[in-house]
Amino acid sequence: MGNGTHLGKVRGLGSAQHGSHHWLQARLTALGNLLLVGFLVVSLIRLPLGDYAAVHRWASQPMVALALILLCVSVFTHLRLGLQVLIEDYVHGEATRLLALIALNFYAIGGAAFGIFTIARIALAPVALGPGGM
Amino acid sequence: MTVSILHRASGDGLAIVGAGMFLWWLCAIASGPEAYAAFVACVWHDPSPDISLFHQITNLLGKVVLVGLTWAFFQHLFSGLRHFVLDAGAGYELKTNKMWSAIVIAAGVFATAATWLFILWEKLNG
Repeated sequence: MGNGTHLGKVRGLGSAQHGSHHWLQARLTALGNLLLVGFLVVSLIRLPLGDYAAVHRWASQPMVALALILLCVSVFTHLRLGLQVLIEDYVHGEATRLLALIALNFYAIGGAAFGIFTIARIALAPVALGPGGM
Repeated sequence: MTVSILHRASGDGLAIVGAGMFLWWLCAIASGPEAYAAFVACVWHDPSPDISLFHQITNLLGKVVLVGLTWAFFQHLFSGLRHFVLDAGAGYELKTNKMWSAIVIAAGVFATAATWLFILWEKLNG
Protein backbone atom coordinates (compact mmCIF):
# COMPACT_ATOMS: atom_id res chain seq x y z
CA MET A 1 0.00 0.00 0.00
CA GLY A 2 1.43 3.35 -1.01
CA ASN A 3 1.43 6.42 1.20
CA GLY A 4 1.81 9.11 -1.43
CA THR A 5 -1.43 9.67 -3.29
CA HIS A 6 -4.97 9.64 -1.86
CA LEU A 7 -5.79 6.74 -4.13
CA GLY A 8 -2.75 4.84 -2.91
CA LYS A 9 -3.83 5.22 0.70
CA VAL A 10 -7.28 3.76 0.21
CA ARG A 11 -6.60 1.19 -2.49
CA GLY A 12 -7.53 -2.28 -1.34
CA LEU A 13 -9.43 -1.09 1.75
CA GLY A 14 -12.89 -1.37 0.21
CA SER A 15 -15.73 0.94 1.17
CA ALA A 16 -16.18 2.51 4.62
CA GLN A 17 -19.22 0.21 5.07
CA HIS A 18 -21.44 3.11 6.14
CA GLY A 19 -22.84 4.24 2.79
CA SER A 20 -25.67 1.73 2.44
CA HIS A 21 -26.67 2.28 6.08
CA HIS A 22 -26.96 6.05 5.46
CA TRP A 23 -28.89 5.40 2.25
CA LEU A 24 -31.32 2.96 3.87
CA GLN A 25 -31.85 5.18 6.96
CA ALA A 26 -32.73 8.10 4.67
CA ARG A 27 -35.37 5.97 2.89
CA LEU A 28 -36.83 4.49 6.09
CA THR A 29 -37.18 7.89 7.74
CA ALA A 30 -38.61 9.26 4.48
CA LEU A 31 -41.37 6.66 4.79
CA GLY A 32 -41.86 7.63 8.44
CA ASN A 33 -42.03 11.30 7.49
CA LEU A 34 -44.56 10.56 4.76
CA LEU A 35 -46.97 9.15 7.35
CA LEU A 36 -46.17 11.39 10.33
CA VAL A 37 -45.71 14.78 8.63
CA GLY A 38 -48.73 13.93 6.47
CA PHE A 39 -50.72 13.48 9.69
CA LEU A 40 -49.33 16.77 11.08
CA VAL A 41 -50.15 18.79 7.95
CA VAL A 42 -53.72 17.44 7.77
CA SER A 43 -54.13 18.17 11.50
CA LEU A 44 -52.78 21.72 11.10
CA ILE A 45 -55.26 22.42 8.30
CA ARG A 46 -58.19 21.06 10.30
CA LEU A 47 -57.31 22.52 13.72
CA PRO A 48 -58.57 25.96 14.83
CA LEU A 49 -54.96 27.14 15.30
CA GLY A 50 -55.94 30.43 16.95
CA ASP A 51 -57.75 28.58 19.76
CA TYR A 52 -55.13 27.68 22.40
CA ALA A 53 -57.40 25.37 24.42
CA ALA A 54 -58.34 23.35 21.32
CA VAL A 55 -54.70 23.05 20.16
CA HIS A 56 -53.54 22.06 23.64
CA ARG A 57 -56.34 19.50 23.99
CA TRP A 58 -55.40 18.02 20.60
CA ALA A 59 -51.67 17.80 21.39
CA SER A 60 -52.22 16.23 24.81
CA GLN A 61 -54.12 13.21 23.49
CA PRO A 62 -51.88 10.17 24.04
CA MET A 63 -51.97 8.99 20.41
CA VAL A 64 -51.29 12.48 19.06
CA ALA A 65 -48.42 13.03 21.52
CA LEU A 66 -46.97 9.65 20.56
CA ALA A 67 -47.22 10.49 16.85
CA LEU A 68 -45.56 13.88 17.45
CA ILE A 69 -42.69 12.26 19.38
CA LEU A 70 -42.17 9.69 16.60
CA LEU A 71 -42.33 12.60 14.13
CA CYS A 72 -39.50 14.37 15.98
CA VAL A 73 -37.33 11.25 15.83
CA SER A 74 -38.06 10.56 12.16
CA VAL A 75 -37.83 14.16 10.93
CA PHE A 76 -34.65 15.05 12.80
CA THR A 77 -32.92 11.81 11.77
CA HIS A 78 -33.91 12.47 8.14
CA LEU A 79 -32.81 16.12 8.16
CA ARG A 80 -29.51 15.15 9.78
CA LEU A 81 -28.79 12.70 6.95
CA GLY A 82 -29.89 15.19 4.29
CA LEU A 83 -27.96 18.17 5.62
CA GLN A 84 -24.90 15.93 6.16
CA VAL A 85 -24.81 15.24 2.41
CA LEU A 86 -25.28 18.96 1.72
CA ILE A 87 -22.30 19.81 3.95
CA GLU A 88 -20.16 17.06 2.41
CA ASP A 89 -20.96 18.41 -1.05
CA TYR A 90 -20.52 22.13 -0.48
CA VAL A 91 -18.36 22.75 2.61
CA HIS A 92 -14.70 22.36 1.71
CA GLY A 93 -11.71 22.37 4.02
CA GLU A 94 -11.39 19.73 6.71
CA ALA A 95 -11.75 22.00 9.75
CA THR A 96 -14.80 23.94 8.51
CA ARG A 97 -16.43 20.73 7.35
CA LEU A 98 -15.87 19.09 10.73
CA LEU A 99 -17.26 22.15 12.53
CA ALA A 100 -20.29 22.22 10.23
CA LEU A 101 -20.96 18.53 10.88
CA ILE A 102 -20.64 19.05 14.64
CA ALA A 103 -23.04 22.01 14.48
CA LEU A 104 -25.46 19.88 12.45
CA ASN A 105 -25.36 17.09 15.03
CA PHE A 106 -25.96 19.56 17.85
CA TYR A 107 -28.92 21.01 15.93
CA ALA A 108 -30.43 17.64 15.01
CA ILE A 109 -30.05 15.91 18.36
CA GLY A 110 -30.77 19.07 20.38
CA GLY A 111 -33.82 19.88 18.23
CA ALA A 112 -35.24 16.39 18.56
CA ALA A 113 -34.70 16.36 22.34
CA PHE A 114 -36.27 19.83 22.67
CA GLY A 115 -39.27 18.77 20.60
CA ILE A 116 -39.81 15.55 22.55
CA PHE A 117 -39.49 17.42 25.85
CA THR A 118 -42.10 20.05 24.86
CA ILE A 119 -44.52 17.32 23.74
CA ALA A 120 -44.03 15.44 27.02
CA ARG A 121 -44.58 18.75 28.86
CA ILE A 122 -47.82 19.34 26.94
CA ALA A 123 -49.15 15.80 27.35
CA LEU A 124 -48.13 15.36 30.99
CA ALA A 125 -48.73 18.91 32.28
CA PRO A 126 -50.78 18.98 35.47
CA VAL A 127 -54.39 20.05 34.93
CA ALA A 128 -53.73 23.21 36.95
CA LEU A 129 -51.34 24.36 34.22
CA GLY A 130 -53.97 24.00 31.52
CA PRO A 131 -55.78 26.90 29.86
CA GLY A 132 -57.25 29.31 32.38
CA GLY A 133 -55.68 27.47 35.29
CA MET A 134 -52.35 29.23 35.49
CA MET B 1 -31.82 18.33 -12.95
CA THR B 2 -34.27 21.03 -11.84
CA VAL B 3 -36.23 18.52 -9.75
CA SER B 4 -33.03 17.36 -8.09
CA ILE B 5 -32.06 20.93 -7.17
CA LEU B 6 -35.60 21.65 -5.94
CA HIS B 7 -35.52 18.45 -3.87
CA ARG B 8 -32.42 19.65 -2.09
CA ALA B 9 -33.56 23.27 -1.76
CA SER B 10 -37.00 22.35 -0.41
CA GLY B 11 -35.43 19.79 1.92
CA ASP B 12 -33.02 22.35 3.35
CA GLY B 13 -35.83 24.87 3.79
CA LEU B 14 -37.95 22.32 5.64
CA ALA B 15 -34.98 21.14 7.73
CA ILE B 16 -34.02 24.60 8.94
CA VAL B 17 -37.05 26.91 8.68
CA GLY B 18 -39.75 24.21 8.88
CA ALA B 19 -38.28 22.31 11.83
CA GLY B 20 -37.51 25.62 13.56
CA MET B 21 -41.11 26.87 13.18
CA PHE B 22 -42.39 23.49 14.39
CA LEU B 23 -40.26 23.62 17.56
CA TRP B 24 -41.25 27.26 18.15
CA TRP B 25 -44.93 26.30 17.85
CA LEU B 26 -44.55 23.30 20.23
CA CYS B 27 -42.67 25.50 22.71
CA ALA B 28 -45.47 28.09 22.56
CA ILE B 29 -48.12 25.42 23.25
CA ALA B 30 -46.07 24.01 26.16
CA SER B 31 -45.55 27.50 27.63
CA GLY B 32 -49.24 28.31 28.12
CA PRO B 33 -52.00 30.53 26.68
CA GLU B 34 -50.13 33.86 26.90
CA ALA B 35 -47.05 32.50 25.14
CA TYR B 36 -49.23 30.88 22.48
CA ALA B 37 -51.14 34.13 21.91
CA ALA B 38 -47.80 35.94 21.56
CA PHE B 39 -46.66 33.35 19.02
CA VAL B 40 -49.84 33.74 16.94
CA ALA B 41 -49.61 37.56 17.19
CA CYS B 42 -46.07 37.36 15.83
CA VAL B 43 -46.37 34.90 12.95
CA TRP B 44 -50.01 35.13 11.88
CA HIS B 45 -52.25 37.94 13.15
CA ASP B 46 -51.87 40.51 15.92
CA PRO B 47 -55.44 41.49 16.95
CA SER B 48 -54.28 44.55 18.91
CA PRO B 49 -55.71 47.85 17.53
CA ASP B 50 -52.35 49.66 17.83
CA ILE B 51 -50.31 46.91 16.22
CA SER B 52 -46.57 47.60 16.15
CA LEU B 53 -44.66 48.04 12.90
CA PHE B 54 -42.60 44.99 13.87
CA HIS B 55 -45.70 42.81 14.07
CA GLN B 56 -47.08 44.27 10.84
CA ILE B 57 -43.89 43.06 9.15
CA THR B 58 -43.76 39.67 10.92
CA ASN B 59 -47.47 39.03 10.21
CA LEU B 60 -46.79 39.46 6.49
CA LEU B 61 -43.50 37.57 6.64
CA GLY B 62 -45.13 34.72 8.60
CA LYS B 63 -47.69 34.15 5.85
CA VAL B 64 -45.01 34.22 3.15
CA VAL B 65 -42.92 31.71 5.13
CA LEU B 66 -45.92 29.43 5.76
CA VAL B 67 -46.91 29.41 2.08
CA GLY B 68 -43.25 28.74 1.22
CA LEU B 69 -43.09 25.87 3.71
CA THR B 70 -46.29 24.40 2.27
CA TRP B 71 -44.74 24.45 -1.19
CA ALA B 72 -41.45 23.01 0.12
CA PHE B 73 -43.40 20.23 1.87
CA PHE B 74 -45.33 19.19 -1.24
CA GLN B 75 -42.34 19.62 -3.56
CA HIS B 76 -40.10 17.50 -1.29
CA LEU B 77 -42.90 14.95 -0.79
CA PHE B 78 -43.55 14.49 -4.53
CA SER B 79 -39.90 14.49 -5.59
CA GLY B 80 -39.23 12.09 -2.69
CA LEU B 81 -41.87 9.73 -4.05
CA ARG B 82 -40.20 10.08 -7.45
CA HIS B 83 -36.94 9.00 -5.81
CA PHE B 84 -38.63 5.86 -4.46
CA VAL B 85 -39.69 4.98 -8.02
CA LEU B 86 -36.17 5.67 -9.34
CA ASP B 87 -34.69 3.58 -6.50
CA ALA B 88 -36.79 0.67 -7.72
CA GLY B 89 -34.98 1.03 -11.05
CA ALA B 90 -37.98 2.36 -12.94
CA GLY B 91 -38.57 5.58 -14.84
CA TYR B 92 -35.10 6.14 -16.34
CA GLU B 93 -36.26 6.29 -19.98
CA LEU B 94 -35.63 9.84 -21.20
CA LYS B 95 -39.24 10.66 -22.07
CA THR B 96 -40.75 9.09 -18.93
CA ASN B 97 -38.16 10.73 -16.71
CA LYS B 98 -38.79 14.16 -18.24
CA MET B 99 -42.55 13.75 -17.97
CA TRP B 100 -42.52 12.77 -14.29
CA SER B 101 -40.13 15.59 -13.45
CA ALA B 102 -42.57 18.07 -14.97
CA ILE B 103 -45.51 16.41 -13.18
CA VAL B 104 -43.69 16.61 -9.81
CA ILE B 105 -43.10 20.37 -10.20
CA ALA B 106 -46.67 21.02 -11.37
CA ALA B 107 -48.14 18.87 -8.57
CA GLY B 108 -46.13 20.76 -5.95
CA VAL B 109 -47.46 24.14 -7.10
CA PHE B 110 -50.99 22.79 -7.57
CA ALA B 111 -51.14 21.16 -4.09
CA THR B 112 -49.84 24.36 -2.47
CA ALA B 113 -52.45 26.48 -4.25
CA ALA B 114 -55.21 23.97 -3.42
CA THR B 115 -54.23 23.89 0.28
CA TRP B 116 -54.27 27.68 0.69
CA LEU B 117 -57.44 28.12 -1.35
CA PHE B 118 -59.04 25.54 0.98
CA ILE B 119 -57.79 27.41 4.07
CA LEU B 120 -59.09 30.71 2.66
CA TRP B 121 -62.43 29.13 1.74
CA GLU B 122 -62.79 27.63 5.24
CA LYS B 123 -61.99 31.03 6.78
CA LEU B 124 -64.66 32.75 4.68
CA ASN B 125 -67.29 30.08 5.30
CA GLY B 126 -66.43 28.92 8.79
